[in-house]
Amino acid sequence: MVWVNAVIQGVLIGGLYALFACGLSLMFGVMKVVNLAHGDLAVLAGYIAIGVIAVTHVPVLWSFVIVVPVMAVLGYVVQRTMIQGALDRSVLTTLMVMLGLSFVIENGLLQFFTANTRGIGTGLSLLTASFSIGSQIQIAYLLVVIFATAVVVLLGLQYFLSRSKYGRLIRAVADDREAAQLAGADYRHVFGIAAAIAFATVALGGIAYGMYSQIYPTAGTDTILLFAFAAVVIGGLGSLWGTLLGGVVLGVAQQIGAQISISDEALAGFIVFLAVLVLRPQGLISRRAQS
Amino acid sequence: MSLATETTARPAGTFRVTRSRRNVTWTGLGALIVVVVLGLAPYIVYSGTTAILVQAFILLTMASMWNLLAGYAGLVSVGQQAFVGLGAYFVLILALHGTSPFAALPVAALGCGVAALPLWWLVSRLRSGYFAIATWVLATTVLLIIEKFSSIGGGTGMPLPGLAGYNPALLTAYTYWAALAVTVVALAAIYLLLRGRLGLVLTAIRDDEVAARSSGARVGLARMLVFVVAGAGCGAAGAVLAISQLQVQPAAVFTVNWTAEMAFITIIGGLGTIEGPIVGTVVYMVLQQTLASYNAWYLIIFGLVAIFVALFARRGLWGLVDSRINVRLFPVGYWLRLDTDRPRRPRLRAPRG
Repeated sequence: MVWVNAVIQGVLIGGLYALFACGLSLMFGVMKVVNLAHGDLAVLAGYIAIGVIAVTHVPVLWSFVIVVPVMAVLGYVVQRTMIQGALDRSVLTTLMVMLGLSFVIENGLLQFFTANTRGIGTGLSLLTASFSIGSQIQIAYLLVVIFATAVVVLLGLQYFLSRSKYGRLIRAVADDREAAQLAGADYRHVFGIAAAIAFATVALGGIAYGMYSQIYPTAGTDTILLFAFAAVVIGGLGSLWGTLLGGVVLGVAQQIGAQISISDEALAGFIVFLAVLVLRPQGLISRRAQS
Repeated sequence: MSLATETTARPAGTFRVTRSRRNVTWTGLGALIVVVVLGLAPYIVYSGTTAILVQAFILLTMASMWNLLAGYAGLVSVGQQAFVGLGAYFVLILALHGTSPFAALPVAALGCGVAALPLWWLVSRLRSGYFAIATWVLATTVLLIIEKFSSIGGGTGMPLPGLAGYNPALLTAYTYWAALAVTVVALAAIYLLLRGRLGLVLTAIRDDEVAARSSGARVGLARMLVFVVAGAGCGAAGAVLAISQLQVQPAAVFTVNWTAEMAFITIIGGLGTIEGPIVGTVVYMVLQQTLASYNAWYLIIFGLVAIFVALFARRGLWGLVDSRINVRLFPVGYWLRLDTDRPRRPRLRAPRG
């Protein structure tokens, strides 16, 4: 029963990891940018949520209505200025700039909010509660909500990319930028849109993380970025369902590791990541296998 | 006109191949004087100053290694803190078994070089961003594994034994000399490596990897060699760090901030030049010493400067100097000089660095 519980908890936490990972995957898929600041952006969104709740007194659960658009606009602006500027130069420059952005955000948060941990809270008694199956399995409503959010976001993203006009544009630019340009697509604008979506999803992830756990300035690089990246690699690039699977596999591995020894939680996840890297570098669901 | 007549029309002897446009004897002599003066520093300055210099040497060693990886081999590693940490722990483990930490230092560097081999095997297939985060995950994994051993301090770390017997003033001086020696050896090793065959192969890879491969350059081997050397170098820096801090804390030696600092120092100073990390280290230390009272502000400013330099001055501060006066302290490329027409102007641009 303990193991079943670990698997269930792992699957649910996997939703949170997938929420982080899909933005990372989107930016890599479309712009070939490895967003090293991804985790820090999630933490930044968490702190913005705390600020928004303190100032406007919106219910905690609805803070995303403000935070997500703010982050999306930020994403568009950062992409059109800093990231595009770096992309125009070289891959190496892009990596340096993203590393710099990560460092600046993290130390900026440290400067303004100190290293103390902060929780966003949930604001609803229902969400702090849990229901039990049998005697040993307890499932927090919050985790279920986060998992459902992740699935909805991934479904929405999938629908958007495959059906909508902008989705087609994004896919066209990702597949062949020059051909898309010849057909009249402004790839810089499309990159901006993709970054806005990625930042919006990472904002949701950041708020969810703050509700589920505690945020602190270095959480972005300590855990979120590496977990998101591990989920992307385990699942396989270019597939949104692969990302969800990757998140779930990572979550389950961590929870099983935590059952063996509480200090092995993160280690178990990384060992699975390294095993996938060595044995199946294209990920569990590769794009080629899917199409 | 056939190719033969074209090439024989300009007989050999009218151009010379040199390492530098100026006489390198002087820069070599200058470097020697700088090292000697730095070596005498413990007799001249206060121990507070040598402590700052030790930090500068550690950063310079690390940055030079990162520069070798990113600037010459195109490997952007965000996991070099793995070797910093391993170097510190090698010293700790050897010291726990009765070896003097100073004697353990070269062993730690060697050990890190060896440890780089299996880690390279794991990440060698990855490129650019993937390589970057995968090395980061590796470093975190190494940290998590080391924290499991309570005999070497577990998650909290422990003080470094074997240094209690030293006179404090003497210990400061020894630490300083060890740091200086590590930096000099690291810079000399990088200089000699880049002057030799490896430097040529790396330049070929940087310019066109496919062409380099098809010309028989052993690209994979060259990259592995660079990764191993950078591992050993960062390990040596980590060993000095452990000795200078008198303790080893896992979170402090394995922090990604080491890699961030080495990267920004290199970017600001000038990626792909041996002089760049030196300039960058000076800038970093000046920023840190002047802004240290404003908490994290110097790190924020440092990061912003790095972003700005990466975007708008891609060859860094040294690149700005170099493009004006065309001087190299560590010439690793070649100049092709024509003796006939306008002898001062190089016809073939030397490889950067």
